Amino acid sequence: MSADAAATALRRTQLDVAWRDAGGVWGFLTTVDHKRIAARYIVTTMFLLFLAGMLAMDMRLQLSAPGLNRMGPQLYNESFALHGSTMLFLVSVPVMEAMALWLVPLMLGQRNMAFPRLAAFSYWLYLGGVLMLWLPHALGITPDLGWFEYPPLSGPAYSPGHRADIWAQMITFTEVAALAASVNVAITILKLRPPGMTLAKMPLFLWAMLVASLMTIFALPAVMLATSMLIADRLVATHFFSTAGGGDALLFQHLYWFFGHPEVYIIFIPAVGFVSAIVETFSRRPISGYSAMVLSVLAIGVLAFGLWVHHMFAVGLPRLGNDFYTAASMTIALPAGIQIFCWIATIWSGKPRMATPLLWVIGFIVTFVIGGLSGIMTASAPLDLQLTDTYFIVAHFHYVLVGGAIFPLLGAFCYWYPKATGRLMSERIGVIAFALIVGGFNIGFFPMHILGLMGMPRRVYTYPADMGWGALNMLATIGSAIAVIGGLVFVANALWSFWRGAPAGADPWGGPTLEWACPSPPPAYNFDLTPAVHSITPLWEGERIAYTGIAADRRELLVTSVGEAKPIYRQNSVGPSIWPLVSALCTTALFVGSIFTPWALVWGALPVAVALTCWFWPTRERARTGPLRSRR
Amino acid sequence: MIRSRFALACLFALASCSGIQTPLAPAGEQAASQYSLFVLMLWVCGFVYVLVLGFLALAVSRVMRGAAADPVLDAPDRGLHRSLWVWAGIILIGLSVLAGGSFLVDRSLAAAQAREALEVRVTAHQWWWRIAYRDPATGGWVETANELHLPAGRTARIALGSADVIHSFWVPNVAGKMDVIPGRANAIDVTPHRLGWFRGQCAEFCGTQHAKMAFDVKVDTPAEFAAWLAAQARPAAALADTVAARGMQVVTQGQCAACHVVRGTAAAGRAGPDLTHVGTRRSIAAGLLPMNRGNLQGWIAQPQALKPGTMMPTVTLEPADADAAAHYLETLK
Repeated sequence: MSADAAATALRRTQLDVAWRDAGGVWGFLTTVDHKRIAARYIVTTMFLLFLAGMLAMDMRLQLSAPGLNRMGPQLYNESFALHGSTMLFLVSVPVMEAMALWLVPLMLGQRNMAFPRLAAFSYWLYLGGVLMLWLPHALGITPDLGWFEYPPLSGPAYSPGHRADIWAQMITFTEVAALAASVNVAITILKLRPPGMTLAKMPLFLWAMLVASLMTIFALPAVMLATSMLIADRLVATHFFSTAGGGDALLFQHLYWFFGHPEVYIIFIPAVGFVSAIVETFSRRPISGYSAMVLSVLAIGVLAFGLWVHHMFAVGLPRLGNDFYTAASMTIALPAGIQIFCWIATIWSGKPRMATPLLWVIGFIVTFVIGGLSGIMTASAPLDLQLTDTYFIVAHFHYVLVGGAIFPLLGAFCYWYPKATGRLMSERIGVIAFALIVGGFNIGFFPMHILGLMGMPRRVYTYPADMGWGALNMLATIGSAIAVIGGLVFVANALWSFWRGAPAGADPWGGPTLEWACPSPPPAYNFDLTPAVHSITPLWEGERIAYTGIAADRRELLVTSVGEAKPIYRQNSVGPSIWPLVSALCTTALFVGSIFTPWALVWGALPVAVALTCWFWPTRERARTGPLRSRR
Repeated sequence: MIRSRFALACLFALASCSGIQTPLAPAGEQAASQYSLFVLMLWVCGFVYVLVLGFLALAVSRVMRGAAADPVLDAPDRGLHRSLWVWAGIILIGLSVLAGGSFLVDRSLAAAQAREALEVRVTAHQWWWRIAYRDPATGGWVETANELHLPAGRTARIALGSADVIHSFWVPNVAGKMDVIPGRANAIDVTPHRLGWFRGQCAEFCGTQHAKMAFDVKVDTPAEFAAWLAAQARPAAALADTVAARGMQVVTQGQCAACHVVRGTAAAGRAGPDLTHVGTRRSIAAGLLPMNRGNLQGWIAQPQALKPGTMMPTVTLEPADADAAAHYLETLK
């Protein structure tokens, strides 16, 4: 054995010891491995996606013919409230954060996130939010006012009991979790890039995740404020939203949509990252129009905060404002159109090769563009007065969110699945799942545009036969059922491939970015050596540059500068800890208690303070290894 | 225009749509301008969609089979960059046309306010509509419920108030919707021009029975409207027979009177719909059932079965009394 090989073997052993989790349940509870936490996040969101899909099927069956009585109004209202809240707060946003948690360090050639324990805390708190919504549901205390619970309907006068409190506090949970994850992702991308990966050489996926994380940080406080004010109205009789007490019901809507509209782009922009990565790899060329893509993502990130009022055109605001928000909303079509152009142009000018991930991108473009165009229609204030709160809107936002985010997400699953599991998914079954999901979705949701134009409002549990909405509703139900079957085929493929799929190797697709340089599945320490890069597609350029001087025998990360990614210093990366879980439990007790008594905020803060003190108790030592340098 | 009418007819036939609650069959000035904007949008967006699909199809047709080729690292971008500018130009022109059209339609919706308008007050309740007109004879308010009459060719300013939570007033054939928000004085101007029956429905989720909060809309000739309003302003009709007399006793001296008013009798409750001329209406319980004696009886006996969650309590009556009450209400023309 040569000296080099011996050194490599020793380094790997050291790394393995330094980054390994404890075994068993204790390891499960204390791990700060970003891959394990992200996998947990993803499995939880997929399970909830299944539950929300079943709720949707239940509602579709109820609506498949006029005047059905298989669901009463209460059950139906609970179902759509639970479906919407679950999909928006517990599936779409967290799953995108989970993809970032899993991929960002790998794409940066790093061993972990910037704040490993914060990632663990984020998941545990998110899980608290899931239980906050679904445990009461199991007990029959389900929120029943939709995914945006407008006061005064959700106020103390019209919603006695705790249904609305549960919804509002579920939001607090998920938003704290989302803020924690977003801060983590943003800082990781800004400070842990490999040397040489300047901002201008950052893969689009990282740009997308950076922008989505920053948007989350700016948008989410608004909704936490709104729901906290709602809880205050309900718990301690403040009058933020009660007209009789001098409050304003519309204040809630403004705050809610100031979050609610960016929320849509917080879900969509990560999908832009997935699509860019997939298109690049399968077109066998770097993305066409990189700067245009980066600028368009940034433009969407900024514009998204200036058009929340288009959710409120019918509330009777001054018309001058309507015109402004119409123009602002339509402007989004420009960056989105440029992105679509760049992807198609990349396929056009490359040497494209078909595989399921690229198939999903095609399904995404065909479907999402319809959603974008119907979005332009609803952006027009006068036309929106006819369209808002009808099935046209239901069709529109499902085209945007399912077509625009879930399809790319499924493509991303197919694309990175071999990296995560070491095995390839079956292409043949993948195509069947794709055809069923995309076909079923379009059969199911396109008719809803027409239903909306035929006057069918949203959120009705039944409708009279003589309105003539029966046939298209039946079609919508059939299409949705086909899509659900497709979803089951997709999951079956993933499970089957997990045990029986063909071994993938480190780089089955010939990808350009760093995550394909580490083994599949990646070891706990991700990379044997910390890489540095010169170009945006380092693996295609044949770059193999490593940074030495970073400890192998303990957890250490290389921190670089924000703009030019120059190495600055080594940072100790914290190890496994139980305190994130304990802190999350204490926070959970505080949140749950504050539904019942304001004193929970006071007494509940004490255990949180103790847990956080233990979490941050200083244990760090100084770095002892030699100077930083690069080697080939 | 003729072609689009034809396409519309085909669409309705295909879907057996009733055409009484749809923005696609405008019966008012506001709905007509919104419809024309929709047609413009459809053309522009359809054109763009076809462009995108065509471009995508051409790109995908270049997909190769077999093993992955070596990456193209120096792919020429210049031609593509030029076409990116062209594409951005197409988008900008399309958006300008649509934003301009949208602006003009918004102006036209606002323009109605300048004219002399009929004053109508609509108050939304969970889950029905209180409707009041100014009586031209006395200047007082005349109340009815769940049935809006409008004269053709005249702008009506409908002042919208809420008794409880947020609702949304929507008669798609006549105009777009306007939210009804407690604490806010919203109003919507509508100028119907086609005679006939239409249907409106609450469009903002307002609780358990949001689905069953509809109302009928009748566009009358001005003469018909004046006659109808004069009839509505009169107190309740005289008793037709002895059964009706028994029914009147049940309604005006029993539990019904706690919530309902029948002008000219002892019944003066305010919580529920005005029943003074309930017999003239087309439907009962906010568009739930056609108006007839049997449905009235069913509604009185089992409101929670027909509209679970409704504020109307179950009133236990002897069968003969229930029949008499239904008969009495039916005769309140």
